[in-house]
Amino acid sequence: MNLTAIDWAIMLVYLFFVLGIGFALKRFVKSSSDFFLAGRSLPAWVCGLAFLSANLGAQEVIGMAASGAKYGIATSHFYWIGAVPAMVFVGIFMMPFYYGSRARSVPEYLRLRFDEKTRGINAVSFATMTVFSSGVSMYAMAKLIEVLHILDRPFAALGWPHSWMMHVSIIISALVVLAYIFLGGLTSAIYNEVLQFFLIVAGFLPLVLLGLRNIGGWTGLKQQLPVAFTHSWRGMGHANTNPLGVEAFGLMMGLGFVLSFGYWCTDFLVVQRAMAADSMSAARRTPLIAALPKMLFPFLVILPGMVAIALPTPAASQGASIHASALQSTGRGLIPAKVDEETGGPKLDSNGKPVLDYDLAIPNMLLHYFPTGILGLGLTALLASFMSGMAGNVTAFNTVWTCDIYQSYINKKASDQHYLWMGRMATIGGIILSVMAAYAATRFNNIMDFLQLIFAFVNAPLFATFLIGMFWKRATGHGAFFGLLSGTAAAALHHGLSLPNGAVVGIKGGWIHPVYSYPSEMAQNFWTAIWAFVACLAVSVVISLLTEPRPEEELVGLVYSMTPKPAPENDISWYQRPVPLGCMVLSLAFILNVVFW
Amino acid sequence: MGLDIRIPIGLMFSIIGLMLSLYGAIAGHDIYQRSLGFNVNLIWGLVLLACGVLTLLATRRSAKRNS
Repeated sequence: MNLTAIDWAIMLVYLFFVLGIGFALKRFVKSSSDFFLAGRSLPAWVCGLAFLSANLGAQEVIGMAASGAKYGIATSHFYWIGAVPAMVFVGIFMMPFYYGSRARSVPEYLRLRFDEKTRGINAVSFATMTVFSSGVSMYAMAKLIEVLHILDRPFAALGWPHSWMMHVSIIISALVVLAYIFLGGLTSAIYNEVLQFFLIVAGFLPLVLLGLRNIGGWTGLKQQLPVAFTHSWRGMGHANTNPLGVEAFGLMMGLGFVLSFGYWCTDFLVVQRAMAADSMSAARRTPLIAALPKMLFPFLVILPGMVAIALPTPAASQGASIHASALQSTGRGLIPAKVDEETGGPKLDSNGKPVLDYDLAIPNMLLHYFPTGILGLGLTALLASFMSGMAGNVTAFNTVWTCDIYQSYINKKASDQHYLWMGRMATIGGIILSVMAAYAATRFNNIMDFLQLIFAFVNAPLFATFLIGMFWKRATGHGAFFGLLSGTAAAALHHGLSLPNGAVVGIKGGWIHPVYSYPSEMAQNFWTAIWAFVACLAVSVVISLLTEPRPEEELVGLVYSMTPKPAPENDISWYQRPVPLGCMVLSLAFILNVVFW
Repeated sequence: MGLDIRIPIGLMFSIIGLMLSLYGAIAGHDIYQRSLGFNVNLIWGLVLLACGVLTLLATRRSAKRNS
């Protein structure tokens, strides 16, 4: 790959604007509310795009293309069954309580609704998780910079050793994100997320257009791929007849309900974007506005993955690609096999077939279709997606640390200026911890897998807690707390007793005793979530009924039945009201499901 | 918040669009074999430039209306 001056220039223009936004916003940050909540002053469309973009980290762009190459259009279930209905639900039903309670964070809502211990457990586990997620983003980005040889030339010119590349990539990305959040707080992160959103579209859209044109459009793609790859619902009746290895019930209940609602409705990383909106109606519109582009993202991130696997493998002379020689012998389409570090040859699975490195779908597509110039734009878009994912985690971390941990357990009665200062310090601290997490990931890959598994256990039951909290006034703090613990325990138990087909006992499951076997890892994940949800709900209900309820007047603004319905919004047009907008979004998602049935 | 986000977005896309289209107009044409023969730098550069300029114009119009 040859990057030339124009590619570098585009990356520098992007960096200039990212940092420039931070500097321009610095003088507007006067109070802790400006820093943590963007002064609750942003219009709905800005919050909406940030809501979407904060989630567009490395896992999203690279991972969804990888799934597209592996499973085909069925990956769109993560959008059309997963994200979109959950986003409509949070906008219409839950935002009135998040925004209306004036809580500054999701854990703070739990404190208002339940009690201190429920907040504490959520705040600590969430803060830890954000640090590790942003560390993983950083690590993935540094690795990509290395694989794509982006820094090879400047390093050669400066005479720096190749082994520094990882350090330099991690430090530069950390410093950029640190600078713009430190200066402008949440506003700066949100503004940059909007910028990054448009950049990602600008960088990936030409890639999709070229790829589709090359393969002969959707019709051409259909001819090159197995039938199951171009139909999202066909074969979903049984786990063995579709590429995901999940049956429709597990898919709709596990992914469509528990996991997606758990993420989009309770994860402070995204909810924080809506809390920054300038009015209740804007806050409710935020996730609904985000759902519109979200619905179309499969075309931007899944299609390139599908094209990558469908294309004929190019001859070595045609264009550049990563691991070109490995691609020739053992790859499929543009996707090379993973390299076995011991033998140096392709990595083989237990059937002797090469294991494909699907994560290289997007990078190889960029190298395959983009000449210098637009290649700079494509790489910038990729870097932008990593940075927005990182920044989303860091802003969520500094708020939860300052509002839910520092202010509630360490220093309760300081001035607002002190908390603003603490927010800035927490940004530095969060970045340093992320860098440490990134290094932990480079050295012990298993530790990261292990941590993500633990977080999956902690997160799986959360939605049940919010559901009973917001819609059942009888739910009590003890019920919520012990419900959460039992949900996590149920998730761990289910994981320890089940194993996906062909997996080895250990991090993939079965560590207590493999009793049940799932056709795929995805099916196991979905069912772990379902069990956690059910256990949490059941235990919460039983303990709530056995414990003293809170007086009803304390629950006004926190629980559905105790909160006066919002006044009809006559000042905005009908399509801006949450319910009609939500219905419109759901109908569009339904149509997409039918079209790609 | 004091800064209208549309200004940096419009400016950034105008600048990147201008750079890409200029590069596409002057640089050699032998690099476009990859992009199926299209001069993607010129075409996409012009698209981005147009989007950027339109964003800036829209921002100026709404600023005028508000004042």
